Amino acid sequence: MNTVLLSIGVLLAVAMIGVAWLTIRATRIATAMLAAGLVSLFASVLFLFLAAPDVAMTEAAIGSGLTTFLFFFVLGRVRGGQS
Amino acid sequence: MIRRFAVFLLLLGLGAIFADLLLGYTPSEELNLTARYYAEHTAQDLGAANIVTAIVVTYRGLDTLGEVTVLFLTATIIGMVLARGRKHRALQRQLPAAGELLTTGSRLLVPLILLLGVYVFVNGHLTPGGGFQGGAIVASAALLLLLTDPLKRFSHRLIAVMEAVSGLFFIGLGVLGLVYAGGFLDSRVLPNGAFGTLFSAGVMPIIYSFIGLKVGAEFTSMLTHLAETEQS
Amino acid sequence: MDWIAMATGFILILMGLYGALTNRNILRIIVSFSVANTGVNLVLVAVGYMRGRTAPILDEAVPMTDAVTRIIDPLPQALVLTAIVIGLGVTALMLTYAYKLYEEKGTLDISKCRDLKW
Repeated sequence: MNTVLLSIGVLLAVAMIGVAWLTIRATRIATAMLAAGLVSLFASVLFLFLAAPDVAMTEAAIGSGLTTFLFFFVLGRVRGGQS
Repeated sequence: MIRRFAVFLLLLGLGAIFADLLLGYTPSEELNLTARYYAEHTAQDLGAANIVTAIVVTYRGLDTLGEVTVLFLTATIIGMVLARGRKHRALQRQLPAAGELLTTGSRLLVPLILLLGVYVFVNGHLTPGGGFQGGAIVASAALLLLLTDPLKRFSHRLIAVMEAVSGLFFIGLGVLGLVYAGGFLDSRVLPNGAFGTLFSAGVMPIIYSFIGLKVGAEFTSMLTHLAETEQS
Repeated sequence: MDWIAMATGFILILMGLYGALTNRNILRIIVSFSVANTGVNLVLVAVGYMRGRTAPILDEAVPMTDAVTRIIDPLPQALVLTAIVIGLGVTALMLTYAYKLYEEKGTLDISKCRDLKW
């Protein structure tokens, strides 16, 4: 039981770091934005394992939902960002 | 090159500090004094099942009032910065109509999402969730409408009135606590009620509902302001 | 679990700062800042975690009487709740200014904005 939880935690941590690397080094800016949303989503699962359901809910609704949409709104307005 | 080196040096220093913090961290076995007080007294004094909600709404209610103020300022500044010179760039672009699936789906989903948001912030004192999460869910319903029809315009007046009225009620209930209970934002204006039921914990669910409406209105106003900046 | 979350949070902070300092595109800088923000929240929640305890919500599983020995510290969670909401406000503000900058200059590359440089 405990080992299973621990291995899920390690897996989440590795996934988060990999996706965060994608965030700062992706060639396309849209990929970077989606990766940032994915980092938030993994973080909200990790919050759930840390016995913080309130924070997990906030992170899922605000951090990974609304923030990603704000990024894409602005990305659409600046025509891809590559000048 | 020098710039890269400086960045590397800065991150190395920060990393050393973080590693030191991480290696020196020993998890505590007992709750500290503040947390112990909250754990022992929340249920008896305030009647709330969710201790995090009790802290956010009552014990540190002033903090939440400040946070809501910061959000209000952010929404206002975004509106001010983006509103400049929008008039003569009014958009008359023809967009392809949204697909049948998206239109029907949003017609079905928007009321359900609104219902979920209201459920989350009304039950904030019993289950995980509350005004901030519920407000974000309500704003995501508005977001779905905007995605279906990008030219849709929400009434700014309605959003502003909703925001102002819920803010006024929030502060009004706080002042009632000052008069009838122990202090500003004290939730014991109404009786605590039976522990674990919907009508319990005094005015806490009412205050959190108003926070939810206010936060939802603020997020919606941010989203609509950003959505209305289309280029002609 | 707390140790894993804390280490991940610190690494995310460092990666976010690295991205913010080395990228030139202003949108990428903002994305990196939001990653660092997530890292800070992870560290704060991990500090409040205690092994073998459960979430600070009282019900049949966690009765009032032995709450002190069964729940974790609720205070960091309440603070992180605030931090996440304010984080969205800050991100929205940064994005608005980035959009305004693009409107004025027609570029998102900060090395081309040299008004205050001499």
